[in-house]
Amino acid sequence: MKYEPIIGLEVHVQLKTKSKMFCSSKNAESDIPNVNICEVCTAQPGTLPVINREAVRKSIMVGLALDCQIAEFAKFDRKNYFYPDLPKGYQISQFDYPINGKGTLTITVNNNERAIGITRAHLEEDAGKLVHPEGKNYSLVDYNRTGVPLLEIVSEPDIRGSEEARVYLQELQNIMRYLGVSDADMEKGHLRCDANISMRKQGETKLPPYKVEVKNMNSFKAVAAAIEFEIKRQAEILDEGKTPPQETRGWVDDNGATVSMRSKEESMDYRYFPEPDLPVLHFEKTWIDEIRRELPELPNARKERFIKEYNLPEKDARTLVSYKALSDYFEAVVSEFDEWLAAEHIKFDAEDHAKHLKLASNWVLGQFSSLLNQKSINPGDSKVTPENFAELIKLIATGKVSQLAAKDVFAKMFETGEDPSNLLESMGLAQVSDEGLILDAVKKVILENPKGVEDAKANPKALGFLVGQVMKELKGKGNPQIINELLKKELLS
Amino acid sequence: MELTDITLKEASRKLASKGISARELVAAFLNRVKQVDKSVHAFLSVYENEALACADEADGRILDGTSFSLTGIPYAVKDCILVKGAKATAGSKILENYIAPYDATVIKKLKDQTPVMIGKTNMDEFAMGSSTENSAFGPTKNPYDLDRVPGGSSGGSAAAVAAGEAIFALGSDTGGSVRQPAAFCGVVGLKPTYGRVSRHGLMAMGSSLDQIGVFSKTVEDCAIVFGQIAGTDERDSTSLPQPVPDYVNLLKEDLKGIKVGMPKEYFGDGMDKEVRKVIEDSIKVFERLGAIIEEVSLPHSKYALSVYYVIMPVEVSANLSRYDGIRYGLSLPGQTLEEVYYNTRSEGLGSETKRRIMIGAYASSAGYYDAYYKKAIQVRRLIRQDFVEAFKKVDIMVTPTSPNRPWKFGEKSKDPLLMYLEDIFTVGLNVAGVPGISVPSGVLEDGLPVGLQIIAPHFAEERLFASGHAFEKALDLKIKPKL
Repeated sequence: MKYEPIIGLEVHVQLKTKSKMFCSSKNAESDIPNVNICEVCTAQPGTLPVINREAVRKSIMVGLALDCQIAEFAKFDRKNYFYPDLPKGYQISQFDYPINGKGTLTITVNNNERAIGITRAHLEEDAGKLVHPEGKNYSLVDYNRTGVPLLEIVSEPDIRGSEEARVYLQELQNIMRYLGVSDADMEKGHLRCDANISMRKQGETKLPPYKVEVKNMNSFKAVAAAIEFEIKRQAEILDEGKTPPQETRGWVDDNGATVSMRSKEESMDYRYFPEPDLPVLHFEKTWIDEIRRELPELPNARKERFIKEYNLPEKDARTLVSYKALSDYFEAVVSEFDEWLAAEHIKFDAEDHAKHLKLASNWVLGQFSSLLNQKSINPGDSKVTPENFAELIKLIATGKVSQLAAKDVFAKMFETGEDPSNLLESMGLAQVSDEGLILDAVKKVILENPKGVEDAKANPKALGFLVGQVMKELKGKGNPQIINELLKKELLS
Repeated sequence: MELTDITLKEASRKLASKGISARELVAAFLNRVKQVDKSVHAFLSVYENEALACADEADGRILDGTSFSLTGIPYAVKDCILVKGAKATAGSKILENYIAPYDATVIKKLKDQTPVMIGKTNMDEFAMGSSTENSAFGPTKNPYDLDRVPGGSSGGSAAAVAAGEAIFALGSDTGGSVRQPAAFCGVVGLKPTYGRVSRHGLMAMGSSLDQIGVFSKTVEDCAIVFGQIAGTDERDSTSLPQPVPDYVNLLKEDLKGIKVGMPKEYFGDGMDKEVRKVIEDSIKVFERLGAIIEEVSLPHSKYALSVYYVIMPVEVSANLSRYDGIRYGLSLPGQTLEEVYYNTRSEGLGSETKRRIMIGAYASSAGYYDAYYKKAIQVRRLIRQDFVEAFKKVDIMVTPTSPNRPWKFGEKSKDPLLMYLEDIFTVGLNVAGVPGISVPSGVLEDGLPVGLQIIAPHFAEERLFASGHAFEKALDLKIKPKL
């Protein structure tokens, strides 16, 4: 039987603010437990929450970026449950009037555009962390994280597979970074994801009569793997003619499997009711407009601009903007490149200039990206400054170094951070563009390769062999364009 | 007259004119506490040394000429209000050894005026009760009859002022917890408009109903203290930025042309006959002062108690979740986390507290929320609207504070419903958010005091003080418990 997975994601994003959601304690991580706490976030008797305006503003920024309907008014509610990491015994969250209503996030998966519906995005407070010292019969609680603002973004059950889920998550992460509202680092828990997964027969349109909630996925890889696991597990149950039980399951990374945590019968009644300590929020249209005007450039807009401003192919632009830090880096390289040209009074026509920017894009997306991946570092943390990067592009563009030799130079730059012109010298890789020197080599190769000459005369495509020989003669440093030109000229004469 | 019978106003005058030192004044009150509190049990903790040190500082200020209206005035604080460094038990075993880590906003504001705190007063556990019988540390006695309850939940604060153990005291009022004990103990008790006084540092009971109030011997004293604690606070988002007028300057001696409403729903059957007589006589005093008495109607009054006993427990059930034995207070061990919670809360919380937590959890649970909590919120709006409409016709309203006289210990504690009915004349104000004051208005044949409740529109406390002051002056009731 063929089934179609029906997946909705609940994503929690930790918002980057100076203070916590409802008190003035610092919103900051610390290796020392219980330092960023106060009487409010540890729920001493008599304390009251006060709404963090910046967190509300950042939530609205996200809402605008996801095309959500921003509420005219919103309120907070108490979600009641007991746990040691939840000092008040209730979490202040939003139940029926969230800040952000319905929205959409469009993603591109395998060159297909898919619009994933957003159900809502609401603001709440984070809980603390339990620490279980090994071999001890007690647990400890760290309240540093307690009360940190969290935005919960709930998607519609529009996701149809693990790859879509991964792309959706990455795109969300990317948007958070463009907006500057969160570091959205999954491994650090800034971005957390729960998945609701169910399956229906291919061709059916109704939602399945059950769903399985999967928790504890701490990386993009884990999310994809957990979804794959569930798809297989649920398909097996469905194949037996049964309906998988509605339950909450946890992903266990080490086993590569999900395990049951609690059944529907054990599901909690959180007894939501309106938070009496906080006023209802009314959003003035002028304030929302102001936030909209101040919204930073988002990935799609940046993609369009890259295409228009730099003449980049759509695919390059899309790949660059899907990683904000990399596209920032690329822009820095472009701007340094133009500065080099201006400083050295080099002028290219528009077509050539575009060609060189495409070259820069190739280098950023190619060797630079793969070296970053190897080292698992961010573009900003590499030793190659955009200035040096741009200089290398300029050296290639002006024929001072061949693309081939530039690869070695770049590897060295990445390793040591040295500038490319010095490396070119010290590595002896400067390209030979001296026509006299090249002509000598050309003449020598023609003399020594009568067969090659004959072939080339008969078929212009066979010129490559002679070019290669000349290059060899010049120890790989000859300017290929000049070699080509001079060879053709000599063969004709 | 004994020194401890003194009003705040007189004491201030005497201190300023150096007729008495703050040390003498405070020592007299501490001495009074030693004499009578064994029998009254108004206090849960007394801070003698700190109070004397504070009094000496006050004397320094008086000498320097840097004193304030409250400098050197001995006062008491209900134990659910946090005073940094002092125990704050809220009458509960679960907080028996809890030391407050910060000052409530009202305490911070008072400290700026340099009065002297004598100690923390007894109360029904977490302010749940109308008699202080629910205190984990034993009940407070009514200074007028030690066999009878002082009212509650702020019974300790009311008794302390009545017994001359403090010049003024702070209490909290969620459904009548300041006004009713004030009436039972023959003192003045104010419940401000919801949002008028910061709740920061007041242990929450019913968050949408709680307000900190003042006990004093006279209405004028009450106005003096209230002027110092009223006003918005950035730490309490439900406190509103309304300007705070000079209440003392707005006091009146007559009530010419003032329209006084008598809500007919508050004068039906079921009232103690003698209490009714006292209230009717009080209304005649208003007439003599030039007020125009009118009957008004608060048609939804009969639902106020039901609404209150749904909304309050729902808020209680969440507000008390923090007492879980994890971070502070009583913590009893268990094999599992659940057992820790179970053991701690079973042992640490009293039966009325548990009852309300259970009622609240029930009324807010899935399937019952709409029928109880949501419905209660809807009716609450109607009750509030009743008051708004009535105040289009009259300036203030008067009612009895309580339909009954103080009862004997144990008389009602077996039947929670009987106890809940005690709040019938006071809860409506909390549900609607309007302010009210209970002013002593006479005594019954057995010598027990009766209180008259005056009600004003939202944020019009000055009307309570003006009319209450005029009434008090005209009545000139001189009562004092024999201890």
